[in-house]
Formats: sequence, structure tokens, C-alpha cells
Amino acid sequence: MYFRGTVTPLLISRYTATTCLGRGLEPLRDALLAGRSGLKRCDFETVDLDTWIGEVEGVDDETLPAALVDFTCRNNRLAQIGLNQDGFADAVRAASHRLGTQRIGVFVGTSTAGILATELAYRHRDPVTGALPADFRYAQTHNPFSVAAFVQAFFGLAGPAVAVSTACSSSAKAFASAGRMIAAGFIDAAIVGGVDSLCLTTLYGFNSLELTSSHACRPFDRARDGISIGEAAAFALLERVPDSAGDVADDAILLLGVGESSDAYHMSSPHPEGLGARRAMEAALAAAGLSPADIDYINLHGTATPSNDASETRAVGALFGATTPCSSTKGATGHTLGAAGGVEAAVAALALRGGFVPAGANTRNPEPGLAYVLATRTQPVRRVLSNSFGFGGTNCSLIVGRAK
Amino acid sequence: MTTPLRPFPAAFVSGIGVLGPGLPHWPAASAVLAGRQAWKREKTVLVAPELLPAAERRRSVRAVKLALSIGLEAVASAHADATNIATVFTSSGGDGYNCHQLCETLASEDRQISPTRFHNSVHNAAAGYWSIAAGATAPSAVLCAYDGSFGAGLLEALAQVAVDRSPCLLIAYDADYPEPLFATRPVPDAFGVALLLTPEPGATPCGRISAALTEDPADALADAELELLRRSIPAARSLPLLRAIARGTSGRIVLDYLDHARLAVDVVR
Repeated sequence: MYFRGTVTPLLISRYTATTCLGRGLEPLRDALLAGRSGLKRCDFETVDLDTWIGEVEGVDDETLPAALVDFTCRNNRLAQIGLNQDGFADAVRAASHRLGTQRIGVFVGTSTAGILATELAYRHRDPVTGALPADFRYAQTHNPFSVAAFVQAFFGLAGPAVAVSTACSSSAKAFASAGRMIAAGFIDAAIVGGVDSLCLTTLYGFNSLELTSSHACRPFDRARDGISIGEAAAFALLERVPDSAGDVADDAILLLGVGESSDAYHMSSPHPEGLGARRAMEAALAAAGLSPADIDYINLHGTATPSNDASETRAVGALFGATTPCSSTKGATGHTLGAAGGVEAAVAALALRGGFVPAGANTRNPEPGLAYVLATRTQPVRRVLSNSFGFGGTNCSLIVGRAK
Repeated sequence: MTTPLRPFPAAFVSGIGVLGPGLPHWPAASAVLAGRQAWKREKTVLVAPELLPAAERRRSVRAVKLALSIGLEAVASAHADATNIATVFTSSGGDGYNCHQLCETLASEDRQISPTRFHNSVHNAAAGYWSIAAGATAPSAVLCAYDGSFGAGLLEALAQVAVDRSPCLLIAYDADYPEPLFATRPVPDAFGVALLLTPEPGATPCGRISAALTEDPADALADAELELLRRSIPAARSLPLLRAIARGTSGRIVLDYLDHARLAVDVVR
């Protein structure tokens, strides 16, 4: 058992998420309450696969500021759309004014950043020399850091900045890195985010592993047969909790605990018994000083592949039994890969604020062993555990809760 | 710069691994950096560690071989047990050859890419192989800050040691890119450095380090060839720190990090 030191609690003073359900929190909340899915049959770019996707509308119409035009690519356009929702950008500017540009770090999770720009550039190589087009910008588009550099430049921040890239646990683990940097005193606040956008690498890549579904994905359903890839931009502003309890509103959202582990098992399959997943959940509970009975809702990783959901069922069942309400919201948003941890942290915050347990869209006949939620129900929710697991056996669980 | 709220996090360097052009391991690199031995630039030799299971050894790409080799050297030099040590992997990019082949296939008539090629494309491929090879179930952070990736990894590793009060293995590595990517990302060869950082001094500590952001310019290396290496491979931005450790000198050195900030590293023998 690997125990992390004291990082949490931290205040999530502002958060936002843009997914295929729409821009910002409102369409996400509305869809969760209605049990609606934003997935559609794949018509992305020239992709000729029989699969479904979660596409954010109008990404290619977004224009970056003139000074940042070199960052132009689908991923950074999506990042900018995300930053401009729910008053997030204003909250960052206020924090920057209050704390100083050097005291705010940037931690963005992404799996593929703007690799689509490179995929397209490879179609336009010089027929003689093989060179990529002259307007191709590797550093500002394809490199994993491009999205973190873009976010930092967007706000004119001057502190640490980094991309966290652990495949599908990236933006959950971005919370862990940011929390440690605050606890260590390097920074006072952090923009934590997840941005991943549709590209051929992930669509054809997951297809090569026979992990994409030809239906809208059905997490934890007995008939589930793979993922639907989505895209998203989610951000949170993470700060120290004010010393005076009176400065924290009852419905303030706190990051209560983070737990991480590695499977040490296989590059593209989870441990069959979910041992790594279980260790991450246990570590998050230990960090938060909570027991399984304190958790009101579990937002499952729930990708809808046969092996992931079976492994996660065993891990969650071993720790929580079959009583804690749980669901995967990937039937609504698609699997937004490196952005999933950030999106699902926002889902957790919405459930805490709005007092509801969201259903998993598209699931009809769930596997036995868990209290899987098939219809969204209204009930007070004080603490949510959110799971994110990725290729290479990288696991991260977040616990998010209300101040009171 | 704003005055820090508390002392900057510090850690002991308890083990080192290095692999780069003409630098087959830390003892050789140390001799070159201390001025005891001339440097002969030769292509970096990458071998998949025996510790990897056969299937993974067959599938491992250049960046993975590099990361695992230096990590194992650092752990072995400290006689440490890798299974329970948290890791920080940091690299300016994934494996350039793997990426090139993926993009070539996706731009061709037949876009069916190989599953192995796909799983090797994730930025955390090396962390995954490491976890499998070493049986390491402790967490791995996997980072990228382009040319500042070493600095980003050093900050994360120092924060981990300070907050968790347990050892952390920093593995910073970059491998070369083939054309046509090379024209936009001219990384000419593979270089990596691994530092086992611990909250308490190990059996053979190589010094105690702490870091803070600064606007001062980065230190350069007097040797023109080594300076070229420092500037051409992102992980080699660590060389001024390694030189200080090799020479056994205490003092403040400045490493390249981001466009707007460098890292001031205090080294105490």
C-alpha cells in the first residue's frame, strides 16, 4: 500500500466543462438530469469507421487571439472555448491579480493534444523532399505541452506550467500534481484542466484494439461492446482553503482526496481483478480521511469495454459492496480520454451542488454486483468519488465534496 | 519574484542514471563532466533491459529503452527497491519513430494501424513498461513541458519528496526524431537522466538540492561540444546540475525551464 502525504483539502473555487452535450455546465447538467446522450454516428473528418463519437459543435469556427495564432489547432480551439465558459476566465484573471502571475500554476491533462494537425500535415508532404508544409507548427500544436503553454499564454501567467499525459487518467492526475505543488509551496493556486480533441490516432488506434463500439457506448451493460470516443475541455481553479471557516460557503466544492496507483500488469488491459483501481480508491479515501460508507455516489471510469467495466466492478464491489450508487457518465459524453477526469470532476461538482445522482445514459441491463443508477434521482449528495484509469495501468481516484 | 511562503522543497540525490551520446552510464558521464576524461561523441546505444518480459522487450521503442535503462541504473546505484518508489517520467515528446510511422499510416490509403504502435504512442508508455518491468505499483506522474520538461519533472519530484516524505525517482528522457518531423523538432540523439531523490540522505548521497523559479539566465557549459548537447536535447538541459554533482561543488546553478522562467537549483554537498 502506497500512501500519499497531506495535499488535500483544496478549494475548487470555479469549474467548467465543455463536451458534446454543449458549452459550459448548463447543458451538461440538463443532459445528466434528463439522462440524455450527446453521442452521434461518426462523421468526423474523413474517418471511415463504424463507430459513434461525442463531438463539440463549432470547434473549427473558434478564432484564437492574434498573439496566439501559432497555437491554432482543434485542441487549442476547444481549450479556448472551454476557458470562456461559466466565468472561468474572469475567475482566473481575478486570482492572477490577487495572487500574482507567478504564483498560479497550469496543469493540463491531455493524451493526444493537437496531433490532428500532424496527421493532416502528413497528407500534404512535399512530393520530392517529403517535408511537412511550411505552416506546420509542431511545438504549438502536436507537442503534449502545447495546450498547457496555450492556457498559460492565454492568461499571461508566469508560474510553473506542465502537461500531464497518462492517457485516460491524465486530467485526474493533473489534480494530484497541482495539489502537491500547492502543498509544497511552489504555487498558491492552479488551473487544472483536461483537453482532448477528436483525431485519427485515437479513433483508428482504439479501433485497432477492437475497443470501439459500433453503437453509442453502453457502460456496464451486459451487452456493452466498446467505447465511443468524445472530446472535451474541462477546467478547475484549485486554491488553498481559506483559514477562516467563515470564508467557505456551505456549498463550496472541495477536493477532499486524491489516490493514485500503477497496475504493473499490461500496457492496454486493466488488471482483471482491478487491484490497481482498488488501491487508487483506497489511497483517495485514506487521503480524505474517509471510509467507503462516507461516499454518496461513485462516478465510474466505465468506458464500456468488456474488460474495463468487469475489472472496475470487481474493484468497486470489493471496496464498497453493492450499495453505493454509481454510474458512468460516458454514455452521455463519450470517453473524452485525457479530459475525462476533468469532465467527471465537473459532473461530481454538479451532483454535489444540485443534489442529484446522475444515471448512466444508454445502459439498460447492467451487470450485477453494483448499485448501478439507471434513472437520475434527486437526493442530497455530500461526497463523490470519481475514477479515472488509463493505458499503461495508470489509476487515479478523486474525492470531491461539499464544505457542509 | 514573490517571496516564498516557506523554504523551498529540498531532497537528497541518492542515485543517478545517465545515458546519452558517448555517455553510456553515470560514472562515465561524471568523469567527462568533472573534466577527468575527454568526451567522445558517439551515437547513443539503446538496449531493452533484460528485466522486461519477452513480449514487452520485443515491443519496446527507443524512448522506452532509454527511460528504463537510466531508471534502473539510478535505483541500482542506490541499492534501492524499485517496487515501491513513486516515479516522475518527463519527456518533451513520445517516441519520434513510432509517431512518424503512425502518422504515415494514417495519411496512407490503408489506415489500419498496429495495436502495439498505438499503445506505444501514449506519452506514458515508458511509465507503463517501467511499472511492468519493475513490478512497481507506486504512482507515476508523466509530464511534458517541451524544452522545459526536465525542469517540470524536477519541480514535481521535489514536491513529491517534500509532501510525501518518501523517495521519488525522476526519469527525464528524450529520443531523436526522424524526418520529416526532425525538421520541426531537431532532436538529434537520445539522452536521459534519472535522479533518485530521497527525503533523507542515502548510503552514498550525491548532494542535497532545492529549486525555485528565477528570471536569471541559464548556466551554459564551457565545453562547446557539451554545450551543443545541452541545447540540442531537452533532457540535457540538466547538464549544469550534473556537472555540479560530478565536481562535488556546492552553489547555485540555473537551468533552462520555460520561456519566461528558469530554475535556480541550490546544490549542497
